[in-house]
Amino acid sequence: MTQLTSDSRDIYREFDTFTNSGGIEVARTDERMEELKRRVVSAKSFGEDAELLTPEEVEELVPYVNTDIIKGGFYSKGAGTCDPLRAGELYRQQAKEKGALSTAANTEVLDMHVEGGEIQAVETDKGTVEADEVIIAAGLWSPKIADMAGVDIPLTPAVHQMVSVGPIDRFEEGPEGEINYPVIRDMDTQMYERQHGNDIEVGSYEHRPILWDVEDVPSIEESPLSPTQPPLTEDAFEQSMEHALEIIPDLLDDPSAGVRHSIDGLLSVTPDGHPLLGPIPEVDGLWSCAAIWIKEAPAIAREVSKWMTQGHPDIDIVAHDHVARFDEYGETNEFVKSRAHEGYQKIYGIVHPREQWQSTRPLRTSAFYNRQEDLDAEFFEAGGWERPRWYESNADLVDKYEDQIEDLQRPNEWDSRWWSDIILGEHLHLRNNVGMVGDTGFGIFDIIGSDAEENMERLCVARMDIDVDDAVYTPILAPNAGFVADLTVARLGENHYRVITGGAHAGQDRTWFGNHLEGDAELIGRSSELCTLGVWGPNAEALMDSISEEPMTADSFDFAEMKDVTINGVSAKALRISYVGEFGWEIYAPMDRGQRLWDTIYEAGQEHDIRPVGTGVYGETGRMEKSYRLMGAELEIDYNPAEAGLTFHGVKDADFIGKEAYAAAIDEENTATLCTLSVTDHTPDGGEPRFMTGGEPVLDQDGNVLIDDEGRRSYVTSAGTGPSVGKHLLLSYLPQEYANEGEQLQVEYFGQQYPVEVEVAGNGGVFDPENDRLFRNEY
Amino acid sequence: MEILTAIKRVPETGAKVSLTDDKRDIDTTSLGFTFSPHEECAVEESVQLVEEHGGNVTVLTLGPEDATEQLRSSIAMGADDGILLDGGDEEWGPVGTASAIAEAVEGSDTGYDLLLFGNESADAANHQVGVRVAEQLGLPCVTGIKDLEVADGTATAKREIPGGSEVYEIDLPAVITVKEGLNEPRYPSMRAKMQARKASVDQQSPEPRAEGLELVELEVPETDDSPAEILGESSEAAEDVVDVLEELEVV
Amino acid sequence: MVLTIVEHDDGELDDVSLQALALARDVAEQTGESLDAVAFGPGADAVAEAAGAHGVETLHTVEDDALADYAPEAYGRAVVQCAEELGTEAVIAPGTDRGAETLSHAAAKLDEPMAAEVTDVEVGEAYELTRQRWGGTLIEHSKLTADTNLLTVAANEVSPSETGGDAAAVEPFAPDVDDGDLRVQLTDIEQSDVEGVPLGEARVVVSGGRGTDGDFSELEALVERVPNAALGSSRAAVNEGWRPHDDQIGQTGAKIAPEIYIPAGISGAVQHMVGCKGAENILAINTDPEAAIIQKADYAVIADLHEVAPAIAEELEARGHAE
Repeated sequence: MTQLTSDSRDIYREFDTFTNSGGIEVARTDERMEELKRRVVSAKSFGEDAELLTPEEVEELVPYVNTDIIKGGFYSKGAGTCDPLRAGELYRQQAKEKGALSTAANTEVLDMHVEGGEIQAVETDKGTVEADEVIIAAGLWSPKIADMAGVDIPLTPAVHQMVSVGPIDRFEEGPEGEINYPVIRDMDTQMYERQHGNDIEVGSYEHRPILWDVEDVPSIEESPLSPTQPPLTEDAFEQSMEHALEIIPDLLDDPSAGVRHSIDGLLSVTPDGHPLLGPIPEVDGLWSCAAIWIKEAPAIAREVSKWMTQGHPDIDIVAHDHVARFDEYGETNEFVKSRAHEGYQKIYGIVHPREQWQSTRPLRTSAFYNRQEDLDAEFFEAGGWERPRWYESNADLVDKYEDQIEDLQRPNEWDSRWWSDIILGEHLHLRNNVGMVGDTGFGIFDIIGSDAEENMERLCVARMDIDVDDAVYTPILAPNAGFVADLTVARLGENHYRVITGGAHAGQDRTWFGNHLEGDAELIGRSSELCTLGVWGPNAEALMDSISEEPMTADSFDFAEMKDVTINGVSAKALRISYVGEFGWEIYAPMDRGQRLWDTIYEAGQEHDIRPVGTGVYGETGRMEKSYRLMGAELEIDYNPAEAGLTFHGVKDADFIGKEAYAAAIDEENTATLCTLSVTDHTPDGGEPRFMTGGEPVLDQDGNVLIDDEGRRSYVTSAGTGPSVGKHLLLSYLPQEYANEGEQLQVEYFGQQYPVEVEVAGNGGVFDPENDRLFRNEY
Repeated sequence: MEILTAIKRVPETGAKVSLTDDKRDIDTTSLGFTFSPHEECAVEESVQLVEEHGGNVTVLTLGPEDATEQLRSSIAMGADDGILLDGGDEEWGPVGTASAIAEAVEGSDTGYDLLLFGNESADAANHQVGVRVAEQLGLPCVTGIKDLEVADGTATAKREIPGGSEVYEIDLPAVITVKEGLNEPRYPSMRAKMQARKASVDQQSPEPRAEGLELVELEVPETDDSPAEILGESSEAAEDVVDVLEELEVV
Repeated sequence: MVLTIVEHDDGELDDVSLQALALARDVAEQTGESLDAVAFGPGADAVAEAAGAHGVETLHTVEDDALADYAPEAYGRAVVQCAEELGTEAVIAPGTDRGAETLSHAAAKLDEPMAAEVTDVEVGEAYELTRQRWGGTLIEHSKLTADTNLLTVAANEVSPSETGGDAAAVEPFAPDVDDGDLRVQLTDIEQSDVEGVPLGEARVVVSGGRGTDGDFSELEALVERVPNAALGSSRAAVNEGWRPHDDQIGQTGAKIAPEIYIPAGISGAVQHMVGCKGAENILAINTDPEAAIIQKADYAVIADLHEVAPAIAEELEARGHAE
């Protein structure tokens, strides 16, 4: 359960619209039982009261469950059911009483007026309402209204089947209207069984995905029940009936009970299953609040309100739930439908943290794609871009570096899923020799105009009065000094900056910049025009200098300098920077000449046995050894740069968003500090060694989850193996009293506790802490 | 006793219906299908009669192949067999429907003791299919029944009138058409629904007959959606309410 | 000639028959035919005056003792014989249980089509009909082609209209029916043990739905305070087991036509509305200002029926309107 869920539960409780029935997820298989163990740990890291139950213990709580077919259960005491309609009514009532709300019921939106990229008014059948801030919170109709404003809210209506069976004698005996039994989630069949008055509601996500077009959803008047409750598609529910009869036969065979109500409930399903929140790209003042589960709705509403009023939410709904994350690629009907279709089947599924989407791929391919395919790249997707995670053609490196890799092999199937030891080989080869990494799928946009510098100063922590051809890494903060983004800014001209950010956050960052620009400053997207190829390693200098018309050496190229280079007829820009802690460049070339650039470097690199290297190194092993932070993992809205160890820019004179809070955070003692930890024993109780994947709670020696003075729980924000240091590394914010090098702690994984040690408190890498390699010092 | 109960597949509509472009049908794109409450009571009654007297319930429909769904719903309620008279996607009129049903009965090896119909279909409301079937088969018939008992080969059927009911004695075999209120139709159990999905349904292809009544087009009537005069938002509105009642001279 | 089947209670024509006569006269005028009527049972000749006042020239009375009690098939046979003997252009029946039943038998015996629930006829080459489907939520335009045009008139859709004509001429008609036609005959009439005014005849109907939460006591008390008032309910309330089905107003329940209808705690599903569309006025009591019933009502009180109903009863008492 996340913060949003538990806050929402509290809000429902305040309105007296929550019934604490508890909930039990039951397992029919051993594999599911393992997954439940993992989920107990995850629940713990969010402070939830959760425990594993034996079949007998399940029976004690819910006597009608057929325990012959289950292996056990996962019990959440705090779970329950709420009455969202009543809660909404009370919300409205309160707001009206405060004079803060007027409503227009039964009013149809006919058009959205947009001028100059700003929302102006909403036209309805009862008149036009002028407004400079408009939020689209129209559930599955949101895309229709967004379309009136010429923008996209990528979601599709999808069916969740539910039948209600009653009256059940057993329930009638209890107090009327009371819910006396925990909700049963039959995870392996993707179903739930929930008491509702005298009925048992049987819900299913098991049936084949049934997606609707919003245009086909009937009006309120045309609907026998409600527009979002069309009649049950009987044949799709057949298997679910069989499964329900297996798990709760006693209830369903109650002679007085029958199927009283059955529907194809319509949900809003998005391409990645997350909500669509926040400012909509392209139209200022237009917001989205769509595709939200009832269990999170009140807290999300609160956070989006804060976002609108104070400029940022307090709980991080920016990194993963921002409506802009599909900007520029994920808005087509085909994409939304195919991902929704695929994602639907993952509801209640056992989803690996690294699991990849399969549908509508490849969607965005860079100029290197064909070459990478030839090299048997294993592609992962980010921001719609195909990015090699590792290359099967590098399998020989595993033998070559066997000595260093041996102890870091992952014998456990779960740990090694969506992973390869080739990543470790590629890593070591890059550190030993040279590797080429691309395409990184960056989001790239330019800010151009006579007020460009002023705008950049206002948005960035780092000073922006840098020389032309210089670049700088900078945090972007919200007014509370929480992280909105971290990115690289290069100055290409007096009035011209280029912003380079992670592909998965391109849309969010574009929207943030776009919404905050003032005066003469224009934002121009470049992501699809430019491909990026990184060349790093001890031999990068020799290689690049040999093929570039301009000198590409440590002496000719300062760190963080961006210059024009010409490589075998390809004009490009090279930036001396690295996310893996090695000397080298990111080279940005026009997409149409990218393949020639790849071929040139690859061929010339053969002399040095250059290898293509995947994001398994770039985004994980390389960065973890250097403790480089990742937006959306370590960097989020409720931690500030002081806590993240990213205060090296100090406090500049120019004003910028978040400055006051940022300066205060530097002055004050940290509540928590981001630390790098290593696992000191992978087999504390014997058995096979295990490797955490991220998200695990961090415990003290007594097994208690660490909680800082602001109530934030310590958990692993990123996990990755460091082959050059021979350790499995973890990043986590620790309460200040634990943020000390050498501190001995524990991490819980699949119900087991593993000893870990703090390697670095605050900024600084485990590998090459002095950055000799990066700066090309003698080593 | 052997009972044949006839039902008709109809869309489950909301407060407003939309028509197809040719205006000859309801646009059912987003609608589900069901059968009329009268017929639900007919199915329930036939199941109850067989529970009491023994025998079999055969449920019959004339309609598109998808009407099998409504036969299965009836089987889930306790009917034993289903017969689909496959009439294709075009709606049949009452003359052809009655004739096809009568022929199916005549052609059946089963000697039915009772044929149950809804008083009128929820959609077309022709009010005549049961009577026409009875006439063609030479059976006695009574319509609009809301209370039914069977004993010793005789049915006692009651029809509601203001302030009471009419009583009819009718010898079996007979045709009886019924109205909602006859009984409380059961909700089928999930197990019964599941088993009904696997039940086999007999399928026949009747020949259509010429209908003297020919559909030209349908029309959605205009409704008065002018807002109501709000008399008040609390019990204090009682004064205004009584003013209205006095004005209408009903008190 | 256009022949209309009329129903009467000991000589008094019922409302739906008067409505049928209005439509029949329209057909007669369009076709240039005379308007006749047929009435069954004891006292049938007593309707001559009222029938004449509604345009009937000749009233055919069937006062055969064997047909004194209603017998659907025999009545159908009689209508067929009467029509055949007189050479009838059309036979029009009221949209009642008996009307539809009798005419259905006649249609089957004549092997002619029959159109039910008709609200309007334009006579051209064929009869261009307007009739109701779905209890009136949908209108059908259709063409009837027949040697004898058989129609039932939808209840409460056509207004009766008087011509002020003299009493109709009475001509007894003796049908030739056999025992087979009398297989089904009314054997008894049971009085309902429910007291009060029948729903269909009440001038004021108060009804409750889901919003009552099963407590109808205040509504019952209100009904008791108003003369000629009856209590009804929505299908939802009947399904919950709160009220007997006889109280249900709607497409598959009672159709009412009171001076004022007061639905309390009823959302106003279309299936309910077709049952009360005959009401002259609707005064809705509902807590939800967005309920469909509010759109359909003439007056509305947005409040809890459990508070409003007693207040109305008190106000009635205060103003001396005690039953």
